[in-house]
Amino acid sequence: MRIDHVALLPGYAAATTAVLVLVLDLLFPGRRGVVLAGAAVGAAATAALAFGLALSGDEARFAFCGSACSFTVDGRAAALMGVFALVTLGVLGLSATTRAPMGEHCFLLACSMTGGVVLAGAADLITLIVALETLTLPLYVLVGLRRTLVSADAAVTFLVVSVVATAVSLLGAGLLYASTGAVHFGQMNAAAKDPSLRPLAVVGCVLLLGGLGFKVAAVPLHAWAPPTYDGAPLPVAAYLSTASKLGGVVALVYVSVEAVPFEHDVAVAALVVLALLTMTVGNLVALRQRRMVRLLAWSSIAQAGYILAALAVPDGGATALTYAVFFVALELAAFAAVVALRTPAPVEADARVLVPAGGAPAVPAAPARAPQVIDDGGTLADYAGAARGAPWRSAALVLALAGLAGLPPGIAGLFAKVAVVRSLVDSDATWLAVIVALNAVVGLAYYVRAGAGLFAPAEPGTPVRWPRPHWTIAVTTALIALVALAIGFAPQIVFDAAAAR
Amino acid sequence: MNAVLVAVLVIPALGALASVVIRSDRAGRVAGTVAAALSLVAAALLAVDRAPATGDRLSPWHQVDVAWVPAVQLRFHVGVDGVSYPLVVLTALLTLLCCLYSLWQVPGERNGRQLVALLLVVEVGIVGVFLALDLILFFVFFELVLLPMYAIIAGWGGPERRAAARKFVLYTLFGSVILLVGLLVVVTGANTADLVTLTESSTLGANAQRVAFVLLAVGFAVKSPLWPLHTWLPDAHTEAPTVGSVILAGVLLKMGTYGLLRIGVGVAPDGARWASPVLAGLAVAAILVGGLVCLAQTELKRLIAYSSVGHMGFVLLGIATLTTTGFQAALIGNLAHGVITGLLFFLAGAIKDRAHTGDLGQLGGLRETAPVLAGLLGFAAIASLGLPGLAGFWGEAFAVVAAVQRGWPVAAVLAALGGALAAAYFLRLLRRATHGPAAPAVVGLSPLHRFELAAWAPLVLLAIALGLVPALALTPSAHPVRGLTAVTHAD
Repeated sequence: MRIDHVALLPGYAAATTAVLVLVLDLLFPGRRGVVLAGAAVGAAATAALAFGLALSGDEARFAFCGSACSFTVDGRAAALMGVFALVTLGVLGLSATTRAPMGEHCFLLACSMTGGVVLAGAADLITLIVALETLTLPLYVLVGLRRTLVSADAAVTFLVVSVVATAVSLLGAGLLYASTGAVHFGQMNAAAKDPSLRPLAVVGCVLLLGGLGFKVAAVPLHAWAPPTYDGAPLPVAAYLSTASKLGGVVALVYVSVEAVPFEHDVAVAALVVLALLTMTVGNLVALRQRRMVRLLAWSSIAQAGYILAALAVPDGGATALTYAVFFVALELAAFAAVVALRTPAPVEADARVLVPAGGAPAVPAAPARAPQVIDDGGTLADYAGAARGAPWRSAALVLALAGLAGLPPGIAGLFAKVAVVRSLVDSDATWLAVIVALNAVVGLAYYVRAGAGLFAPAEPGTPVRWPRPHWTIAVTTALIALVALAIGFAPQIVFDAAAAR
Repeated sequence: MNAVLVAVLVIPALGALASVVIRSDRAGRVAGTVAAALSLVAAALLAVDRAPATGDRLSPWHQVDVAWVPAVQLRFHVGVDGVSYPLVVLTALLTLLCCLYSLWQVPGERNGRQLVALLLVVEVGIVGVFLALDLILFFVFFELVLLPMYAIIAGWGGPERRAAARKFVLYTLFGSVILLVGLLVVVTGANTADLVTLTESSTLGANAQRVAFVLLAVGFAVKSPLWPLHTWLPDAHTEAPTVGSVILAGVLLKMGTYGLLRIGVGVAPDGARWASPVLAGLAVAAILVGGLVCLAQTELKRLIAYSSVGHMGFVLLGIATLTTTGFQAALIGNLAHGVITGLLFFLAGAIKDRAHTGDLGQLGGLRETAPVLAGLLGFAAIASLGLPGLAGFWGEAFAVVAAVQRGWPVAAVLAALGGALAAAYFLRLLRRATHGPAAPAVVGLSPLHRFELAAWAPLVLLAIALGLVPALALTPSAHPVRGLTAVTHAD
């Protein structure tokens, strides 16, 4: 068996990060900062190695090769590994004040990152599913780590639905293996097709795509996402809606483009149906949401619909990945801003300036209430006055929401929409392009509502200046927002990386 | 000169940044106003040192062409020619006037430097739309306007501002996503997004042209707006703050008509010829409906807003004829409407600020208590109804002439009838608002401020200048219009 260890470097780094976190937690019990810093360094190293690989050579690297290779690292895979690591790094940066045991939190995130990194290089069905499960498994625990009833509820919902979905994917993969006699993407495609086995392959293909649809929360396998996001600690919700969703997209792209192009018609039909349902239901239900995280959850369901639509056309894989990367950047920026607005650093209950009943800010009021413990997304009304009290954080949130709606100043989102609509029009699926476009209008309705909520006048009795977030959260939010803004001006990097083979 | 072209876009953007970053409200407003003035200078300078026109095709005076996102065939290709130049200058001028006005007064004493910053961002978007020579770039600028304009209405508007702003943003996004699909039908069909290449030789098939034109026309019709897609406009104009209404009516609507002319007709001429009777029918309907609705309006700003529907109907009728006369009428009608309606909204704002009502039933006798204001309102109303010698005349008269030339006498007669309706409702407006005994609401009005007069004077002068010397706008656009009619073959 041939193994190119260079191809595995990012995976090694990710796994080492997990071990490092365990050791640090053991050596420095109770030192949250040390553990967090260790995990962040590990994630950064993983990202650096992955992007180094992406930039280093033109040729793909292979590992675990028998008759075919189980692990392939080309430019695109390496770049995706880097994205997984960066997202993990961002989520770690947002975790400073999370009410969870830091050692466990960081360890599980690092494990999940390892799954993502390996997933990007997967070249057979077994590696793909094992990597995807490695990505998902730690999340069951992460969701429940807050140890409240809501979060336990969320964890159980997530676990039950996820197990069913995994079983469905496995059954699908098994049927595909039975009908082709291969698990490697290339060999499956090349295997001689026995016409009598075709029904088996069709069912396998649909089951596998459906099971993977769960990971991206595609309708009708979406119901777990909103309660899970809302019950999870905010940074974990951020991770669920970015890294976990990206994992689902990567798996879908690999399967639909590389593993089962021989069942192209079936895959397209399944994906079009999923896409239509997902974007329409996601957008319509998002209209009714009053809680910030639930709104983001439903909107991310709708966004998955656009990705699925892109996948339904030939050569849509690159477009889907491009859209997914833009989406991940903007969604992470949105969650970062929410975290920064909602989780204040512990402050003394000092005399703070309050908004008097009259409206305009006035003299320092009596000692304020003890700072309320808030570590969920809250309702949209909770953000009233944010634009005045925390202008920079509000600007980051507005940028992210505009980008998710596909409008400047979040130009990254605009290019993402243009890319999807373009690939649909290019493949003569203009009708689908029109539906995607109309869905974007529905989407804007709730993004605007969420954004406008920041500018609503603050309620009397709340602090004029919002409490500052922990410095790591502030820095992370600023960096993520800058990245989300910057890739809008240089989107070609993402387009190139998604197309690089 | 190419640096100037970029400067027209960069200066307002920097100005917006400066007015947000500067902590003092006053200094922020001044910084923004200075940037607006500089960008007007830069815009005016674009007429200097023009490249000679070549052939029939679109030949920009100056252009900048840099690759940006090859993956979606987006190039940063901007240029200016005779069609876009007057609109660019008008945009820069109106933005400057609005900034000047905001130096003096901001509705509700809310944060003024943010309003100025948003006005400047809107300017970047609108000027970008007029300058873009790449379809995708055009779309980027088209979208750039959306959220800042929403924020202007929602942040500084009247009592019903939130609902109006929502309606504006959703309605116009609906238009622009349809537009996006249309643009991409063109781009993928012709395999280029470059407007110069696309107008030079049309490689699109007849069917693709029809699909593309319908999508583009719907997209632009929402923005223009064309009946029956106009219903966002009255609410938005009525609830927007004065400066917002001025920008909306003055230049934002022109993005629609400009786009229809330059991209719709320029890129899909066969599609345009195929669809032009329908377009003309809708335009005539807009003229008549706008006029009739205006006759029943009792609110000052709402009346002016609906009058825009009628005026833009004339512009669209001009475009729909696909004749040289029609295009020229559309171009000058665009400018005249921008100048006159901008002025009307400034005046309406001044009256509402002072009398605290826009209800025509409660106004009256303005002539007695505020003669200058009443005189200006009378001037603007008469200019708007198309009195010969003032700017409004040329666009409407020649749109009717063009309809006759095209062989649509019924449309011409109905449009002329609509022009008469305009006379009726503006005279009714004047009778209700300025004549008669002084109503309690208009007694003791504060005198006009010099900032107000400074903001209005250029518009008054332009309305007279364009009326007396229409060649100001027609001469530079003669060549590009010839290029457009050469591809539509409707003459």
